Amino acid sequence: MTEAATVHSKRRITNLVMTSLTAICAVFATTVLLIILGFIAYQGISSISWEFLTDTPKPVGEGGGIGNAIVGSAMMTLLAAIIGLPVGIAAGVYLAEFGKNWYGNTIRFIADTLIGVPSIIIGIFIYTVVVMPMGRQSGLAGGLALAIIMIPIVARTTEEMINLVPNSMREGALALGAPQWRVSWNIVLPAAMSGIATGAMLAIARITGETAPLLFTALNSRFYNFYYDQPMSSLTVQIYNFATGPFEVEHAMAWAATLLLVGFILFINIIVRYLTRKKH
Amino acid sequence: MAQSSTLGDKVYRTILFVAASSILLIVAAIFYMMVQSSMPTLQRFGIGFLWAREWNPSQELFGALPFIYGTVVSSLLALLIAVPISLGIAVFLVEQAPKKIARPIAFMIELLAAIPSVVYGLWGIFVLAPFIREYLGPVLQDNLGFLPIFQGRLTGIGMLTGGIILAIMITPIVTAVVRDVLEAVPNTQREAALALGATKWETTMIVLGNAASGIAGAVVLGLGRAVGETMAVTMVIGNSPQISASLFEPAYTIASVLAANFADATDEIYLSALIEMALVLFLVTVVINGLAKLLIMSVAGRANASKHT
Repeated sequence: MTEAATVHSKRRITNLVMTSLTAICAVFATTVLLIILGFIAYQGISSISWEFLTDTPKPVGEGGGIGNAIVGSAMMTLLAAIIGLPVGIAAGVYLAEFGKNWYGNTIRFIADTLIGVPSIIIGIFIYTVVVMPMGRQSGLAGGLALAIIMIPIVARTTEEMINLVPNSMREGALALGAPQWRVSWNIVLPAAMSGIATGAMLAIARITGETAPLLFTALNSRFYNFYYDQPMSSLTVQIYNFATGPFEVEHAMAWAATLLLVGFILFINIIVRYLTRKKH
Repeated sequence: MAQSSTLGDKVYRTILFVAASSILLIVAAIFYMMVQSSMPTLQRFGIGFLWAREWNPSQELFGALPFIYGTVVSSLLALLIAVPISLGIAVFLVEQAPKKIARPIAFMIELLAAIPSVVYGLWGIFVLAPFIREYLGPVLQDNLGFLPIFQGRLTGIGMLTGGIILAIMITPIVTAVVRDVLEAVPNTQREAALALGATKWETTMIVLGNAASGIAGAVVLGLGRAVGETMAVTMVIGNSPQISASLFEPAYTIASVLAANFADATDEIYLSALIEMALVLFLVTVVINGLAKLLIMSVAGRANASKHT
Protein backbone atom coordinates (compact mmCIF):
# COMPACT_ATOMS: atom_id res chain seq x y z
CA MET A 1 0.00 0.00 0.00
CA THR A 2 1.17 3.51 -0.67
CA GLU A 3 1.74 5.91 2.17
CA ALA A 4 -1.24 8.03 1.16
CA ALA A 5 -3.53 5.02 1.20
CA THR A 6 -2.34 3.99 4.67
CA VAL A 7 -3.00 7.46 6.02
CA HIS A 8 -6.38 7.42 4.38
CA SER A 9 -7.45 4.09 5.82
CA LYS A 10 -6.08 5.11 9.22
CA ARG A 11 -8.26 8.20 9.14
CA ARG A 12 -11.25 6.14 8.10
CA ILE A 13 -10.72 3.65 10.91
CA THR A 14 -10.27 6.43 13.50
CA ASN A 15 -13.47 7.97 12.22
CA LEU A 16 -15.35 4.71 12.49
CA VAL A 17 -14.02 3.87 15.96
CA MET A 18 -14.65 7.31 17.43
CA THR A 19 -18.11 7.78 15.98
CA SER A 20 -19.10 4.34 17.28
CA LEU A 21 -17.69 5.24 20.70
CA THR A 22 -19.92 8.29 20.94
CA ALA A 23 -22.94 6.16 20.11
CA ILE A 24 -21.87 3.69 22.78
CA CYS A 25 -21.72 6.53 25.32
CA ALA A 26 -25.30 7.48 24.48
CA VAL A 27 -26.51 3.90 24.68
CA PHE A 28 -24.64 3.43 27.96
CA ALA A 29 -26.28 6.44 29.62
CA THR A 30 -29.78 5.47 28.53
CA THR A 31 -29.11 1.92 29.73
CA VAL A 32 -28.16 3.26 33.16
CA LEU A 33 -31.46 5.14 33.28
CA LEU A 34 -33.39 2.02 32.30
CA ILE A 35 -31.53 -0.08 34.87
CA ILE A 36 -32.30 2.41 37.64
CA LEU A 37 -35.96 2.70 36.66
CA GLY A 38 -36.21 -1.06 36.19
CA PHE A 39 -34.91 -1.75 39.70
CA ILE A 40 -37.29 0.81 41.18
CA ALA A 41 -40.28 -0.69 39.40
CA TYR A 42 -39.30 -4.29 40.10
CA GLN A 43 -38.40 -3.82 43.76
CA GLY A 44 -41.09 -1.29 44.55
CA ILE A 45 -44.21 -2.79 43.04
CA SER A 46 -44.44 -5.78 45.39
CA SER A 47 -44.68 -3.67 48.55
CA ILE A 48 -47.28 -1.22 47.36
CA SER A 49 -50.65 -1.87 48.91
CA TRP A 50 -53.55 0.16 50.25
CA GLU A 51 -52.23 -0.27 53.78
CA PHE A 52 -48.78 0.92 52.69
CA LEU A 53 -50.21 4.05 51.12
CA THR A 54 -52.40 5.03 54.07
CA ASP A 55 -50.83 3.67 57.25
CA THR A 56 -48.12 5.27 59.41
CA PRO A 57 -44.70 3.66 60.04
CA LYS A 58 -44.91 0.83 62.58
CA PRO A 59 -42.25 -1.11 64.48
CA VAL A 60 -40.47 -3.57 62.19
CA GLY A 61 -42.56 -6.64 61.46
CA GLU A 62 -45.93 -5.03 61.99
CA GLY A 63 -46.42 -3.66 58.51
CA GLY A 64 -47.09 0.03 58.44
CA GLY A 65 -46.87 2.53 55.63
CA ILE A 66 -46.07 5.97 54.40
CA GLY A 67 -49.45 7.69 54.51
CA ASN A 68 -48.18 10.39 56.85
CA ALA A 69 -45.11 10.92 54.68
CA ILE A 70 -47.29 11.44 51.59
CA VAL A 71 -49.39 13.98 53.47
CA GLY A 72 -46.27 15.71 54.85
CA SER A 73 -44.62 15.93 51.43
CA ALA A 74 -47.82 17.31 49.93
CA MET A 75 -48.26 19.89 52.70
CA MET A 76 -44.68 21.14 52.56
CA THR A 77 -44.68 21.26 48.76
CA LEU A 78 -47.95 23.19 48.91
CA LEU A 79 -46.53 25.71 51.38
CA ALA A 80 -43.40 26.09 49.25
CA ALA A 81 -45.54 26.65 46.14
CA ILE A 82 -47.77 29.21 47.89
CA ILE A 83 -44.71 31.25 48.83
CA GLY A 84 -42.31 30.37 46.05
CA LEU A 85 -44.55 30.70 42.99
CA PRO A 86 -45.82 34.29 43.50
CA VAL A 87 -42.44 35.57 44.64
CA GLY A 88 -40.58 33.72 41.93
CA ILE A 89 -42.97 34.75 39.16
CA ALA A 90 -42.97 38.39 40.33
CA ALA A 91 -39.17 38.38 40.44
CA GLY A 92 -39.10 36.89 36.95
CA VAL A 93 -41.47 39.54 35.60
CA TYR A 94 -39.26 42.22 37.16
CA LEU A 95 -36.17 40.77 35.49
CA ALA A 96 -37.88 40.60 32.10
CA GLU A 97 -39.67 43.98 32.17
CA PHE A 98 -37.41 46.20 34.27
CA GLY A 99 -34.23 44.20 34.61
CA LYS A 100 -32.18 45.37 31.65
CA ASN A 101 -29.84 47.36 33.89
CA TRP A 102 -27.11 46.80 36.49
CA TYR A 103 -29.61 45.94 39.22
CA GLY A 104 -31.33 43.36 37.05
CA ASN A 105 -27.98 41.85 36.12
CA THR A 106 -27.04 41.65 39.79
CA ILE A 107 -30.31 39.91 40.69
CA ARG A 108 -29.89 37.55 37.74
CA PHE A 109 -26.39 36.64 38.85
CA ILE A 110 -27.46 36.21 42.48
CA ALA A 111 -30.44 34.05 41.43
CA ASP A 112 -28.15 31.79 39.42
CA THR A 113 -25.82 31.65 42.40
CA LEU A 114 -28.69 30.59 44.66
CA ILE A 115 -29.72 27.88 42.19
CA GLY A 116 -26.18 26.49 42.39
CA VAL A 117 -26.01 26.52 46.19
CA PRO A 118 -26.24 22.96 47.57
CA SER A 119 -29.70 22.45 49.06
CA ILE A 120 -28.26 21.22 52.35
CA ILE A 121 -26.99 24.76 52.93
CA ILE A 122 -30.52 26.11 52.55
CA GLY A 123 -31.50 23.58 55.22
CA ILE A 124 -28.80 24.86 57.57
CA PHE A 125 -29.86 28.45 56.92
CA ILE A 126 -33.48 27.68 57.79
CA TYR A 127 -32.27 25.80 60.83
CA THR A 128 -30.54 28.93 62.13
CA VAL A 129 -33.35 31.38 61.32
CA VAL A 130 -36.51 29.29 61.89
CA VAL A 131 -35.80 26.09 63.84
CA MET A 132 -33.52 27.57 66.51
CA PRO A 133 -35.81 30.52 67.39
CA MET A 134 -38.88 28.23 67.38
CA GLY A 135 -37.12 25.66 69.47
CA ARG A 136 -38.25 22.74 67.33
CA GLN A 137 -38.37 21.34 63.83
CA SER A 138 -41.55 21.94 61.90
CA GLY A 139 -43.37 21.57 58.61
CA LEU A 140 -43.18 25.35 58.36
CA ALA A 141 -39.37 25.24 58.39
CA GLY A 142 -39.35 22.47 55.79
CA GLY A 143 -41.78 24.32 53.53
CA LEU A 144 -39.77 27.53 53.79
CA ALA A 145 -36.56 25.73 52.88
CA LEU A 146 -38.26 24.29 49.79
CA ALA A 147 -39.67 27.74 48.93
CA ILE A 148 -36.16 29.23 48.92
CA ILE A 149 -35.03 26.52 46.52
CA MET A 150 -38.01 27.22 44.30
CA ILE A 151 -37.88 31.03 44.05
CA PRO A 152 -34.76 31.49 41.88
CA ILE A 153 -35.70 28.58 39.59
CA VAL A 154 -39.20 29.94 39.00
CA ALA A 155 -37.84 33.48 38.57
CA ARG A 156 -35.40 32.45 35.84
CA THR A 157 -37.89 30.33 33.88
CA THR A 158 -40.54 33.06 34.15
CA GLU A 159 -38.09 35.62 32.80
CA GLU A 160 -37.20 33.33 29.92
CA MET A 161 -40.86 32.72 29.06
CA ILE A 162 -41.74 36.43 29.16
CA ASN A 163 -38.82 37.23 26.91
CA LEU A 164 -40.39 34.92 24.33
CA VAL A 165 -43.53 37.09 24.12
CA PRO A 166 -43.23 39.18 20.94
CA ASN A 167 -42.62 42.88 21.53
CA SER A 168 -45.35 43.76 19.04
CA MET A 169 -47.94 42.66 21.61
CA ARG A 170 -46.54 45.10 24.14
CA GLU A 171 -46.31 47.87 21.59
CA GLY A 172 -49.87 47.29 20.43
CA ALA A 173 -51.28 47.55 23.94
CA LEU A 174 -49.15 50.55 24.83
CA ALA A 175 -50.23 52.28 21.62
CA LEU A 176 -53.85 51.79 22.67
CA GLY A 177 -53.01 53.80 25.79
CA ALA A 178 -52.80 51.01 28.36
CA PRO A 179 -50.54 51.77 31.32
CA GLN A 180 -47.42 49.69 31.57
CA TRP A 181 -48.66 47.54 34.46
CA ARG A 182 -51.81 46.68 32.50
CA VAL A 183 -49.73 45.66 29.53
CA SER A 184 -47.55 43.45 31.69
CA TRP A 185 -50.36 41.98 33.81
CA ASN A 186 -53.16 41.64 31.24
CA ILE A 187 -51.29 41.10 27.98
CA VAL A 188 -47.76 39.79 28.50
CA LEU A 189 -48.30 37.52 31.51
CA PRO A 190 -51.30 35.66 30.03
CA ALA A 191 -49.35 35.16 26.80
CA ALA A 192 -46.45 33.65 28.75
CA MET A 193 -48.65 31.76 31.21
CA SER A 194 -48.46 28.28 29.73
CA GLY A 195 -44.66 28.46 29.69
CA ILE A 196 -44.59 29.78 33.25
CA ALA A 197 -46.96 27.01 34.35
CA THR A 198 -44.77 24.27 32.90
CA GLY A 199 -41.77 25.86 34.60
CA ALA A 200 -43.70 25.90 37.86
CA MET A 201 -44.60 22.22 37.45
CA LEU A 202 -40.96 21.29 36.93
CA ALA A 203 -39.97 23.32 39.99
CA ILE A 204 -42.60 21.48 42.05
CA ALA A 205 -41.33 18.13 40.80
CA ARG A 206 -37.84 19.21 41.75
CA ILE A 207 -38.66 20.21 45.35
CA THR A 208 -40.78 17.11 45.92
CA GLY A 209 -37.57 15.12 45.47
CA GLU A 210 -35.49 17.22 47.87
CA THR A 211 -34.20 15.49 50.99
CA ALA A 212 -31.22 17.40 52.33
CA PRO A 213 -33.05 20.66 53.15
CA LEU A 214 -35.71 18.74 55.11
CA LEU A 215 -33.41 16.56 57.23
CA PHE A 216 -33.11 18.97 60.13
CA THR A 217 -35.84 21.49 59.32
CA ALA A 218 -38.94 19.29 59.05
CA LEU A 219 -37.18 16.30 60.62
CA ASN A 220 -39.62 13.38 60.56
CA SER A 221 -42.66 12.12 62.36
CA ARG A 222 -44.17 8.71 62.94
CA PHE A 223 -47.69 10.08 62.99
CA TYR A 224 -50.13 11.88 60.77
CA ASN A 225 -49.51 15.57 61.34
CA PHE A 226 -51.68 18.29 59.84
CA TYR A 227 -50.10 21.21 61.70
CA TYR A 228 -47.28 23.27 60.24
CA ASP A 229 -45.76 24.03 63.65
CA GLN A 230 -44.92 20.38 64.32
CA PRO A 231 -42.20 18.11 62.90
CA MET A 232 -43.41 16.64 59.63
CA SER A 233 -42.65 13.47 57.75
CA SER A 234 -41.79 13.50 54.06
CA LEU A 235 -41.43 10.81 51.42
CA THR A 236 -37.79 11.63 50.79
CA VAL A 237 -36.64 11.67 54.43
CA GLN A 238 -38.66 8.50 54.98
CA ILE A 239 -36.88 6.83 52.04
CA TYR A 240 -33.53 7.90 53.50
CA ASN A 241 -34.40 6.44 56.91
CA PHE A 242 -35.78 3.22 55.45
CA ALA A 243 -32.79 2.77 53.14
CA THR A 244 -30.20 3.30 55.88
CA GLY A 245 -32.09 1.16 58.40
CA PRO A 246 -30.92 -2.38 59.19
CA PHE A 247 -34.04 -4.39 58.25
CA GLU A 248 -35.11 -5.98 54.97
CA VAL A 249 -38.70 -4.91 55.54
CA GLU A 250 -37.58 -1.29 55.72
CA HIS A 251 -35.58 -1.65 52.52
CA ALA A 252 -38.63 -3.03 50.73
CA MET A 253 -40.63 -0.05 51.95
CA ALA A 254 -37.88 2.30 50.76
CA TRP A 255 -38.19 0.87 47.24
CA ALA A 256 -41.97 1.13 47.30
CA ALA A 257 -41.89 4.74 48.49
CA THR A 258 -39.28 5.46 45.81
CA LEU A 259 -41.52 3.99 43.12
CA LEU A 260 -44.25 6.37 44.21
CA LEU A 261 -41.93 9.40 44.34
CA VAL A 262 -40.13 8.72 41.07
CA GLY A 263 -43.42 7.87 39.40
CA PHE A 264 -44.81 11.26 40.38
CA ILE A 265 -41.70 13.17 39.29
CA LEU A 266 -41.37 11.37 35.96
CA PHE A 267 -45.09 11.80 35.33
CA ILE A 268 -44.76 15.58 35.68
CA ASN A 269 -41.63 15.65 33.52
CA ILE A 270 -43.26 13.62 30.76
CA ILE A 271 -46.47 15.72 30.86
CA VAL A 272 -44.42 18.90 30.59
CA ARG A 273 -42.43 17.44 27.74
CA TYR A 274 -45.62 16.48 25.92
CA LEU A 275 -47.20 19.92 26.42
CA THR A 276 -44.14 21.88 25.30
CA ARG A 277 -43.52 19.61 22.35
CA LYS A 278 -46.97 20.05 20.87
CA LYS A 279 -46.46 23.78 20.62
CA HIS A 280 -43.24 23.85 18.66
CA MET B 1 -39.18 50.53 28.42
CA ALA B 2 -40.91 53.87 28.64
CA GLN B 3 -41.50 55.21 32.11
CA SER B 4 -45.03 56.00 33.11
CA SER B 5 -45.94 57.88 36.23
CA THR B 6 -49.42 56.53 36.96
CA LEU B 7 -50.04 55.15 40.43
CA GLY B 8 -50.74 51.66 39.10
CA ASP B 9 -47.36 51.51 37.42
CA LYS B 10 -45.60 52.60 40.59
CA VAL B 11 -47.36 50.01 42.76
CA TYR B 12 -46.83 47.24 40.21
CA ARG B 13 -43.20 48.05 39.81
CA THR B 14 -42.63 48.26 43.56
CA ILE B 15 -44.18 44.84 44.17
CA LEU B 16 -42.00 43.27 41.47
CA PHE B 17 -38.95 45.10 42.77
CA VAL B 18 -39.50 43.74 46.28
CA ALA B 19 -39.93 40.19 44.95
CA ALA B 20 -36.77 40.40 42.87
CA SER B 21 -34.83 41.94 45.74
CA SER B 22 -35.91 39.13 48.05
CA ILE B 23 -33.52 36.85 46.16
CA LEU B 24 -30.68 39.21 46.98
CA LEU B 25 -31.81 39.36 50.62
CA ILE B 26 -32.00 35.57 50.93
CA VAL B 27 -28.45 35.07 49.66
CA ALA B 28 -27.14 37.88 51.87
CA ALA B 29 -28.95 36.39 54.86
CA ILE B 30 -27.56 32.90 54.15
CA PHE B 31 -24.04 34.30 54.03
CA TYR B 32 -24.51 36.44 57.15
CA MET B 33 -26.08 33.69 59.26
CA MET B 34 -23.37 31.22 58.33
CA VAL B 35 -20.54 33.62 59.13
CA GLN B 36 -22.20 34.53 62.41
CA SER B 37 -22.89 30.92 63.40
CA SER B 38 -19.36 29.79 62.59
CA MET B 39 -17.74 32.56 64.65
CA PRO B 40 -17.01 30.31 67.69
CA THR B 41 -14.86 27.93 65.61
CA LEU B 42 -13.39 30.73 63.50
CA GLN B 43 -12.19 32.46 66.65
CA ARG B 44 -10.98 29.33 68.37
CA PHE B 45 -9.21 27.48 65.58
CA GLY B 46 -8.66 30.20 62.99
CA ILE B 47 -7.88 29.30 59.41
CA GLY B 48 -5.93 26.21 60.52
CA PHE B 49 -9.32 24.51 60.87
CA LEU B 50 -9.15 23.87 57.14
CA TRP B 51 -6.05 21.68 57.22
CA ALA B 52 -6.30 20.07 60.65
CA ARG B 53 -6.60 16.31 60.19
CA GLU B 54 -8.20 15.23 63.44
CA TRP B 55 -11.97 15.04 63.71
CA ASN B 56 -13.33 13.95 67.04
CA PRO B 57 -16.29 16.01 68.24
CA SER B 58 -16.40 14.37 71.69
CA GLN B 59 -12.85 15.64 72.36
CA GLU B 60 -13.57 18.93 70.60
CA LEU B 61 -11.07 18.17 67.87
CA PHE B 62 -12.33 19.71 64.65
CA GLY B 63 -10.27 19.41 61.49
CA ALA B 64 -11.86 19.87 58.08
CA LEU B 65 -9.11 18.23 56.02
CA PRO B 66 -10.61 14.71 55.74
CA PHE B 67 -13.85 16.22 54.47
CA ILE B 68 -12.16 18.54 52.03
CA TYR B 69 -10.08 15.61 50.80
CA GLY B 70 -13.16 13.43 50.41
CA THR B 71 -15.05 16.16 48.56
CA VAL B 72 -12.19 16.88 46.18
CA VAL B 73 -11.33 13.25 45.40
CA SER B 74 -14.93 12.06 44.95
CA SER B 75 -15.70 15.04 42.71
CA LEU B 76 -12.58 14.56 40.58
CA LEU B 77 -13.37 10.87 40.28
CA ALA B 78 -16.87 11.79 39.12
CA LEU B 79 -15.46 14.20 36.51
CA LEU B 80 -12.97 11.61 35.31
CA ILE B 81 -15.82 9.21 34.54
CA ALA B 82 -18.57 11.64 33.55
CA VAL B 83 -16.71 14.08 31.29
CA PRO B 84 -15.63 11.67 28.53
CA ILE B 85 -19.03 9.98 28.54
CA SER B 86 -20.88 13.31 28.48
CA LEU B 87 -18.69 14.56 25.64
CA GLY B 88 -19.42 11.35 23.74
CA ILE B 89 -23.17 11.67 24.26
CA ALA B 90 -23.23 15.34 23.30
CA VAL B 91 -21.19 14.75 20.16
CA PHE B 92 -23.46 11.86 19.24
CA LEU B 93 -26.59 13.93 19.76
CA VAL B 94 -25.42 17.07 17.99
CA GLU B 95 -22.99 15.88 15.32
CA GLN B 96 -24.11 12.40 14.38
CA ALA B 97 -27.54 11.17 15.30
CA PRO B 98 -30.54 12.02 13.15
CA LYS B 99 -33.14 14.11 15.01
CA LYS B 100 -35.49 11.15 15.30
CA ILE B 101 -32.97 9.23 17.41
CA ALA B 102 -31.35 12.20 19.13
CA ARG B 103 -34.58 13.54 20.61
CA PRO B 104 -35.70 10.54 22.68
CA ILE B 105 -32.15 9.88 23.84
CA ALA B 106 -31.71 13.50 24.90
CA PHE B 107 -35.00 13.30 26.78
CA MET B 108 -34.00 10.13 28.58
CA ILE B 109 -30.75 11.70 29.67
CA GLU B 110 -32.68 14.72 30.94
CA LEU B 111 -34.86 12.33 32.96
CA LEU B 112 -31.70 11.08 34.64
CA ALA B 113 -31.37 14.60 36.05
CA ALA B 114 -34.94 14.56 37.35
CA ILE B 115 -34.37 11.55 39.60
CA PRO B 116 -33.93 12.74 43.21
CA SER B 117 -30.61 12.38 44.98
CA VAL B 118 -32.01 10.11 47.70
CA VAL B 119 -33.16 7.68 45.00
CA TYR B 120 -29.62 7.47 43.61
CA GLY B 121 -28.52 6.80 47.17
CA LEU B 122 -30.99 3.96 47.57
CA TRP B 123 -29.96 2.47 44.24
CA GLY B 124 -26.32 2.97 45.20
CA ILE B 125 -26.68 1.06 48.45
CA PHE B 126 -28.60 -1.91 47.08
CA VAL B 127 -27.46 -2.22 43.46
CA LEU B 128 -24.21 -0.38 42.78
CA ALA B 129 -22.43 -1.22 46.06
CA PRO B 130 -23.01 -4.99 45.73
CA PHE B 131 -21.98 -4.79 42.07
CA ILE B 132 -18.70 -3.11 43.03
CA ARG B 133 -18.11 -5.57 45.88
CA GLU B 134 -18.81 -8.68 43.82
CA TYR B 135 -17.72 -7.79 40.27
CA LEU B 136 -16.00 -4.48 39.57
CA GLY B 137 -13.83 -4.48 42.73
CA PRO B 138 -12.38 -7.97 42.30
CA VAL B 139 -11.69 -7.33 38.60
CA LEU B 140 -9.84 -4.10 39.43
CA GLN B 141 -7.88 -5.75 42.24
CA ASP B 142 -6.91 -8.75 40.13
CA ASN B 143 -5.60 -6.64 37.29
CA LEU B 144 -4.50 -3.40 38.89
CA GLY B 145 -4.14 -4.49 42.51
CA PHE B 146 -0.51 -3.28 42.63
CA LEU B 147 -1.81 0.31 42.63
CA PRO B 148 -2.43 1.67 46.13
CA ILE B 149 -5.73 3.15 44.99
CA PHE B 150 -7.15 -0.33 44.38
CA GLN B 151 -5.90 -1.98 47.57
CA GLY B 152 -7.82 -2.60 50.74
CA ARG B 153 -10.95 -4.37 51.82
CA LEU B 154 -13.90 -4.52 49.46
CA THR B 155 -17.13 -3.56 51.16
CA GLY B 156 -18.81 -1.89 48.21
CA ILE B 157 -19.20 1.26 50.27
CA GLY B 158 -16.54 3.90 49.83
CA MET B 159 -14.92 6.58 47.72
CA LEU B 160 -15.24 4.74 44.39
CA THR B 161 -18.96 4.07 44.86
CA GLY B 162 -19.47 7.72 45.77
CA GLY B 163 -17.53 8.85 42.70
CA ILE B 164 -19.50 6.59 40.35
CA ILE B 165 -22.86 7.71 41.75
CA LEU B 166 -21.75 11.33 41.39
CA ALA B 167 -20.65 10.63 37.82
CA ILE B 168 -24.11 9.33 36.93
CA MET B 169 -25.71 12.33 38.57
CA ILE B 170 -23.63 15.01 36.84
CA THR B 171 -23.66 13.40 33.39
CA PRO B 172 -27.01 14.98 32.37
CA ILE B 173 -25.98 18.53 33.23
CA VAL B 174 -22.55 18.25 31.60
CA THR B 175 -24.13 16.69 28.52
CA ALA B 176 -26.80 19.38 28.29
CA VAL B 177 -24.29 22.22 28.48
CA VAL B 178 -21.90 20.64 25.98
CA ARG B 179 -24.84 20.13 23.63
CA ASP B 180 -25.77 23.81 23.83
CA VAL B 181 -22.16 24.80 23.34
CA LEU B 182 -21.77 22.55 20.28
CA GLU B 183 -25.04 23.79 18.82
CA ALA B 184 -23.74 27.34 19.16
CA VAL B 185 -20.76 26.57 16.90
CA PRO B 186 -21.67 27.90 13.45
CA ASN B 187 -22.41 25.30 10.80
CA THR B 188 -20.07 27.02 8.37
CA GLN B 189 -17.15 25.60 10.36
CA ARG B 190 -18.40 22.06 9.84
CA GLU B 191 -19.08 22.68 6.17
CA ALA B 192 -15.62 24.15 5.66
CA ALA B 193 -13.92 21.19 7.31
CA LEU B 194 -15.98 18.66 5.37
CA ALA B 195 -15.34 20.53 2.12
CA LEU B 196 -11.60 20.26 2.74
CA GLY B 197 -12.01 16.49 2.90
CA ALA B 198 -12.02 16.01 6.66
CA THR B 199 -13.77 12.94 7.99
CA LYS B 200 -16.81 13.26 10.24
CA TRP B 201 -14.62 12.74 13.30
CA GLU B 202 -11.97 15.23 12.20
CA THR B 203 -14.72 17.76 11.70
CA THR B 204 -16.00 17.01 15.17
CA MET B 205 -12.53 17.59 16.61
CA ILE B 206 -12.42 21.01 15.00
CA VAL B 207 -15.85 21.85 16.39
CA LEU B 208 -14.79 20.62 19.84
CA GLY B 209 -11.65 22.72 19.64
CA ASN B 210 -13.60 25.85 18.85
CA ALA B 211 -16.02 25.12 21.68
CA ALA B 212 -13.22 24.39 24.15
CA SER B 213 -13.88 27.14 26.64
CA GLY B 214 -17.58 26.31 26.71
CA ILE B 215 -16.75 22.66 27.30
CA ALA B 216 -14.45 23.75 30.12
CA GLY B 217 -17.43 25.63 31.51
CA ALA B 218 -19.55 22.48 31.36
CA VAL B 219 -16.86 20.57 33.23
CA VAL B 220 -16.59 23.26 35.91
CA LEU B 221 -20.37 23.30 36.24
CA GLY B 222 -20.36 19.53 36.70
CA LEU B 223 -17.68 19.98 39.37
CA GLY B 224 -19.93 22.45 41.16
CA ARG B 225 -22.77 19.94 41.17
CA ALA B 226 -20.54 17.12 42.37
CA VAL B 227 -19.08 19.17 45.20
CA GLY B 228 -22.50 20.09 46.54
CA GLU B 229 -24.27 16.79 46.00
CA THR B 230 -25.38 15.48 49.35
CA MET B 231 -27.81 12.63 49.90
CA ALA B 232 -26.60 10.03 47.44
CA VAL B 233 -23.00 10.47 48.52
CA THR B 234 -23.91 10.34 52.20
CA MET B 235 -25.58 7.00 51.61
CA VAL B 236 -22.73 5.27 49.76
CA ILE B 237 -19.40 6.85 50.70
CA GLY B 238 -19.13 5.21 54.12
CA ASN B 239 -19.01 8.36 56.25
CA SER B 240 -15.66 7.92 57.91
CA PRO B 241 -13.38 10.94 58.38
CA GLN B 242 -10.18 9.34 57.14
CA ILE B 243 -7.69 10.10 54.40
CA SER B 244 -6.86 6.90 52.60
CA ALA B 245 -5.14 6.29 49.29
CA SER B 246 -7.51 3.43 48.52
CA LEU B 247 -10.66 4.19 46.58
CA PHE B 248 -12.36 1.21 48.23
CA GLU B 249 -12.02 2.71 51.71
CA PRO B 250 -14.83 4.74 53.22
CA ALA B 251 -14.51 8.51 53.12
CA TYR B 252 -16.52 11.58 53.97
CA THR B 253 -17.45 14.77 52.12
CA ILE B 254 -18.35 18.19 53.49
CA ALA B 255 -21.94 17.89 52.29
CA SER B 256 -22.34 14.40 53.72
CA VAL B 257 -20.94 15.23 57.16
CA LEU B 258 -23.51 18.02 57.28
CA ALA B 259 -26.33 15.67 56.34
CA ALA B 260 -25.26 12.89 58.68
CA ASN B 261 -24.20 14.86 61.78
CA PHE B 262 -25.98 18.17 61.85
CA ALA B 263 -28.99 16.83 63.71
CA ASP B 264 -26.76 15.33 66.45
CA ALA B 265 -24.66 18.43 66.93
CA THR B 266 -25.99 19.67 70.22
CA ASP B 267 -23.20 21.75 71.72
CA GLU B 268 -22.33 25.12 70.29
CA ILE B 269 -18.76 24.47 69.16
CA TYR B 270 -19.70 21.27 67.28
CA LEU B 271 -22.57 23.04 65.52
CA SER B 272 -20.29 25.96 64.75
CA ALA B 273 -17.64 23.67 63.25
CA LEU B 274 -20.22 22.10 60.96
CA ILE B 275 -21.58 25.48 59.90
CA GLU B 276 -18.07 26.70 59.14
CA MET B 277 -17.71 23.76 56.78
CA ALA B 278 -21.06 24.69 55.25
CA LEU B 279 -19.70 28.20 54.76
CA VAL B 280 -16.64 26.80 52.97
CA LEU B 281 -18.91 24.69 50.75
CA PHE B 282 -21.11 27.71 50.04
CA LEU B 283 -18.17 29.90 49.01
CA VAL B 284 -16.61 27.15 46.89
CA THR B 285 -19.83 26.45 44.98
CA VAL B 286 -20.43 30.18 44.42
CA VAL B 287 -16.94 30.59 42.93
CA ILE B 288 -17.20 27.41 40.83
CA ASN B 289 -20.62 28.31 39.45
CA GLY B 290 -19.55 31.88 38.69
CA LEU B 291 -16.52 30.60 36.81
CA ALA B 292 -18.62 28.07 34.90
CA LYS B 293 -21.05 30.79 33.92
CA LEU B 294 -18.30 33.01 32.54
CA LEU B 295 -16.79 30.15 30.54
CA ILE B 296 -20.10 29.03 29.05
CA MET B 297 -21.12 32.60 28.27
CA SER B 298 -17.95 33.08 26.24
CA VAL B 299 -19.15 30.47 23.76
CA ALA B 300 -22.87 29.88 23.96
CA GLY B 301 -23.98 33.40 24.74
CA ARG B 302 -25.87 34.84 27.66
CA ALA B 303 -29.14 32.96 27.28
CA ASN B 304 -27.60 29.51 27.29
CA ALA B 305 -25.26 30.26 30.16
CA SER B 306 -28.09 31.22 32.45
CA LYS B 307 -30.23 28.28 31.42
CA HIS B 308 -28.14 25.82 33.36
CA THR B 309 -26.48 27.62 36.21
